[in-house]
Amino acid sequence: MDLSVRVGTLTLKNPVIAASGCFGYGVEYADIVDLSSLGAVAVKGLFLAEREGHPPPRIVETPAGMLNAIGLQGIGVHRFVEDKLPELRARGATVIVNVCGTTLDEYVEVSRILSDADGVAAIELNISCPNIKEGGIQFGCSLNGTFDVVSAVRKVTRLPVIPKLTPNVTDVASFARSAEDAGADAVSLVNTFLAMVIDVETRRPKISNVVGGLSGPAIRPIAVRMVYECRQAVKIPIIGMGGIADARDALEFMIAGATAVQVGTANFVDPFIWTKLLDGIREYMQRHAVANVSDLTGTVDTHAGDKEWISS
Amino acid sequence: MPVDVAAEVIANRPLSSDYNVLALSAPEIAATALPGQFVMIKASARADPLLRRPFSIFEIARDGRGTPTAITVLSKRIGPSTSAIYDAAVGQRMACLGPLGRPFSVVDPPSEAWMIAGGVGLAPFATLTESLRARGVTTTLFYGARRARELFYLDFFRAHGVNLVLTTEDGSAGEKGRVVAPLDRALGSRSAGAPVMLYACGPEGMLAATARTAMKYSRTCQVSVERIMGCGLGGCYSCVVPMRSESGGFHHVRSCIAGPVLAADQIVWKG
Repeated sequence: MDLSVRVGTLTLKNPVIAASGCFGYGVEYADIVDLSSLGAVAVKGLFLAEREGHPPPRIVETPAGMLNAIGLQGIGVHRFVEDKLPELRARGATVIVNVCGTTLDEYVEVSRILSDADGVAAIELNISCPNIKEGGIQFGCSLNGTFDVVSAVRKVTRLPVIPKLTPNVTDVASFARSAEDAGADAVSLVNTFLAMVIDVETRRPKISNVVGGLSGPAIRPIAVRMVYECRQAVKIPIIGMGGIADARDALEFMIAGATAVQVGTANFVDPFIWTKLLDGIREYMQRHAVANVSDLTGTVDTHAGDKEWISS
Repeated sequence: MPVDVAAEVIANRPLSSDYNVLALSAPEIAATALPGQFVMIKASARADPLLRRPFSIFEIARDGRGTPTAITVLSKRIGPSTSAIYDAAVGQRMACLGPLGRPFSVVDPPSEAWMIAGGVGLAPFATLTESLRARGVTTTLFYGARRARELFYLDFFRAHGVNLVLTTEDGSAGEKGRVVAPLDRALGSRSAGAPVMLYACGPEGMLAATARTAMKYSRTCQVSVERIMGCGLGGCYSCVVPMRSESGGFHHVRSCIAGPVLAADQIVWKG
């Protein structure tokens, strides 16, 4: 049984990745999770400099989900390379670094620094954070902006470049195409859905940033649809995410078209979820006689309808 | 190292229409928990409510031979998860992750220990009391609540030889008003050479006032802060507290791993 998958030039030992923003810098979990057992660890988004993020409250629970506006608090790329990367390397983690920028130059500079560091497997370009005004989303919500930032980073690194796409656009597949045209090795999707929760007693928003990003099981069917649409639009691999809480959810994304998946919010609920996900995927492969997990990608059967549509 | 236990509810004792004490069978957690540490409890196995909730470990239960078998949490019903905890049935299981966070630093004699609790902020002080009393530390609890019937576990603290100073907002027990008033007087009348460590847990306003009072008399104060927490392990960055930085500004620290016990004079308090 082969769980390995290829994302561009990168081979992952399995398709399960800890999602950026939901797993700290990975080292926080090193005592309770064997980091080397994960397909990869996508660490929290990094700018050039340290950032303090938004004031609390930063999260609020929603029906089968949560809203967050952390504001990309982070230690900056230099401290990450000095303080965190050596431990991640020692633990055998496959590290995907989520790269942020307020300008195109900052994306390029952070990516260049990471390319020179020892132990980075890939760059995930965060052009989709809904929670900060300056940068990121301004690239991710414009086809030209997406093309420009991916092309610019492409020029300065040999690492796989994986732009992370926002669902807060009319046609996410066209953004996947822009990324592919600009030389992206893969795309990851979806980031969170821009949303809002108001306390009706006080008439105040429940998080300090007023609006935030919705994640968790509540968004899963929309995210699956978006992965499916992108699969029709591009040839490069897709890393799918959005509300994955168990192995069946992960498999659903793969069948919709994802080569690998990321798990975020569910790690908050169960930090020991990783072995359960991998066991569940293996069990499914055995039951369905699937030798290579990558054979599942994009195998959704949308033509079964005429004979047996929803007959069960 | 924290463990996740599918903990069986072995007792659920309502203290009022909102407060309850839930006992969970979790020997692995009970065996290593230190005063001030917390657990993350998933009250419902379903996806809604989705997240776990943080609770201070209230008591450690032991069997006849003294082996830790269970923990209790003191909960106040304010939302879906705490409602599920209030209504929990004996025999039901709840995922319980812990022990988590940095514990209190426990003093030794000749220092005295003064604990300042507001409402559900009583939670970390039962285990702290046991540690302090085992070391022979003279211990006082300043305990404030809205009304007399929301002052809980007084017999427990009396039985452990803790001096009690009680306040209620409606005056139905102890002194009428807020708990920081008698604390201020007691600190004012204590000689500067007599050491005392302050431990505080409760609503944010009470903690800020306690921190100011402690600083006024140059006393060290450890506070256990309560924040909206997503994971309890440092992954989500939701539970941050602004702490003074060397540059004179502030730095957001994650109260789940840097706390929940923090130095009161290092926190940038509002107002």
